[in-house]
Amino acid sequence: MSFPWAKEYKPSHPLMQWLDEKLPLPRFVYNAVGAGYPVPRNLNYFWNFGILAGVCLMLQIVTGVVLAMHYAANSGVAFDSVEHIMRDVNWGWMLRYAHANGASAFFVVVYIHIFRGFFFSSYKAPREMIWLLGVTIFLLMMATAFMGYVLPWGQMSFWGAKVITGLFSAIPVVGEPLQQWLLGGFAPDNAALNRFFSLHFLLPFVILGVVILHIWALHIPGSSNPTGVEVKTESDTVPFHPYYTAKDGFGLGVFAILYCTMLFFLPNALGHPDNYIQANPLSTPAHIVPEWYFWPFYAILRAFTADFLFIPAKLMGVLAMFSAILVWFFLPWLDTSPVRSGHYRPLFRKFFYLLVIDVLVLGYCGGSPAETKYVLISQIAATYYFLHFLVILPIVASIEKPAPLPFSITEAVLGKDDQTAPAA
Amino acid sequence: MADEAIVNASGTDSPAVHDGAGVDEGVRRRDFINIAAVSFAGVGGLAVLVPLVSQMAPSADVLAESSTEIDISQIAPGQAIKAVFRKQPVFVRNLTPVEIGEADKVPTSSLRDPQTLEERTKAGKKNWLITMGVCTHLGCVPLGAGEGEVKGEFGGYFCPCHGSVYDTAARIRKGPAPKNLEVPPYEFTSDTVVKIG
Repeated sequence: MSFPWAKEYKPSHPLMQWLDEKLPLPRFVYNAVGAGYPVPRNLNYFWNFGILAGVCLMLQIVTGVVLAMHYAANSGVAFDSVEHIMRDVNWGWMLRYAHANGASAFFVVVYIHIFRGFFFSSYKAPREMIWLLGVTIFLLMMATAFMGYVLPWGQMSFWGAKVITGLFSAIPVVGEPLQQWLLGGFAPDNAALNRFFSLHFLLPFVILGVVILHIWALHIPGSSNPTGVEVKTESDTVPFHPYYTAKDGFGLGVFAILYCTMLFFLPNALGHPDNYIQANPLSTPAHIVPEWYFWPFYAILRAFTADFLFIPAKLMGVLAMFSAILVWFFLPWLDTSPVRSGHYRPLFRKFFYLLVIDVLVLGYCGGSPAETKYVLISQIAATYYFLHFLVILPIVASIEKPAPLPFSITEAVLGKDDQTAPAA
Repeated sequence: MADEAIVNASGTDSPAVHDGAGVDEGVRRRDFINIAAVSFAGVGGLAVLVPLVSQMAPSADVLAESSTEIDISQIAPGQAIKAVFRKQPVFVRNLTPVEIGEADKVPTSSLRDPQTLEERTKAGKKNWLITMGVCTHLGCVPLGAGEGEVKGEFGGYFCPCHGSVYDTAARIRKGPAPKNLEVPPYEFTSDTVVKIG
């Protein structure tokens, strides 16, 4: 599971020795995030975001569980119970803002985590399974966030639920019954609200389970690093504790400053005023948009305005939106370059930054009204998005001449590596 | 498989001798019992899924709300009202002769979802256009039924969410929606009352 030079857990206290024999939980923690886990010595701050994502998940679970003690999942009183949390429950306003902004923070952190993976090709062998589990976590996060946003039962909640479940009605033949089955009715109502609450409570724990698999799979090959060169000797690594517990602690402090700034000074900056109006099935808000973290995918959904061959535009949009994430599952096999790190891939690096810009453009269009110019930009940006993964990556991998790699992580850090053969 | 290992390990009873078939790779009676038992348990397990899946479908009280009576005597030509059917808006519109004329002069072959106004209204009640107020794209409520709302460039309805435009027969003319606004099942119980559902 780890490198041969990993320190072994040796409990000194008789109680810990007794526990280690019966249930080696401290040993497990020691080997996972303690001194027993050797980690490349050259990790940069982009490697903080995995831990930060874990912190966000715990934050959401803790605030969510206490909010559930005050929230009532009934379409008659749900909106009022949220206002009750905001006005009457002790610290309710803070807990709710912490949860709402915690969702945004979670997505910021996870997007950086994912793009770290894109740049440093963290998905490549032997870490494909970590990547596949990660994409699964992201899909579960999207489902959880969507259902959570429905719970306050405001206008955006209601119409978001209607539009997103409406996506399923695009599926031929079974679409309409499927939508009614998902909602438990013909439009979002009490049945839908109740089941969304149930699933919104359940899914974070499913995510937690997949996160544990994600970390388990990570600890088999060990963490990747900014050079993309695999660990060769002990001098390439440092123990996770105290080196990265300290570094992650610092990163956590910076994160907490930014998060608390949002929470205490701009708690509604990322929300929609319309969601403070109770759900009204007879009136659609003039401009409905999902939460910011869905904007790039929403732009892809809206980019399809004309029927393509025999497929209706509506179904094309839905297929494209889901494909935009499903294509990530194939990434380990689309990018065939043997070099991992973008630092040593000059051509790939340019396309990586283009992809970042492309996704930002998609996000901007997804948050804008459905006007012709935004739809046109979305169409171009969505086309480029798929080109990047399906065409550009494989071609770049085959024509690119990568820059020379360092012999080892130690050499990359110190300029020389005494433990390995001197460079000829 | 576990019992097979035990039998073989004891060395007293080979499979061939046990079932008397005399063929080493033959199917034993024990295999049949294993497969039958697991299959039966599997069928039982799948049967448990039926109530678990079915409970999510619309419940009896939701289905029971599926009929609505509307008094249309107060709707003047050119006016429309919004009613509620299955918790969704219904547009009841009293078309003017001009609007009927506009709808009739469009060749159906040019439409995305070809239908004439006759096919979308009851015989002799061509001025009463009754449709769901649910955009066939993603389910928003189009504008155009309320007083002073935008009716779109074809004089019918306009969906603000993704820009679908419907004409005076509530047929899709422009934008991402694939179908005309749905005509719910309804009947005139008298000249002034419509029963939807």
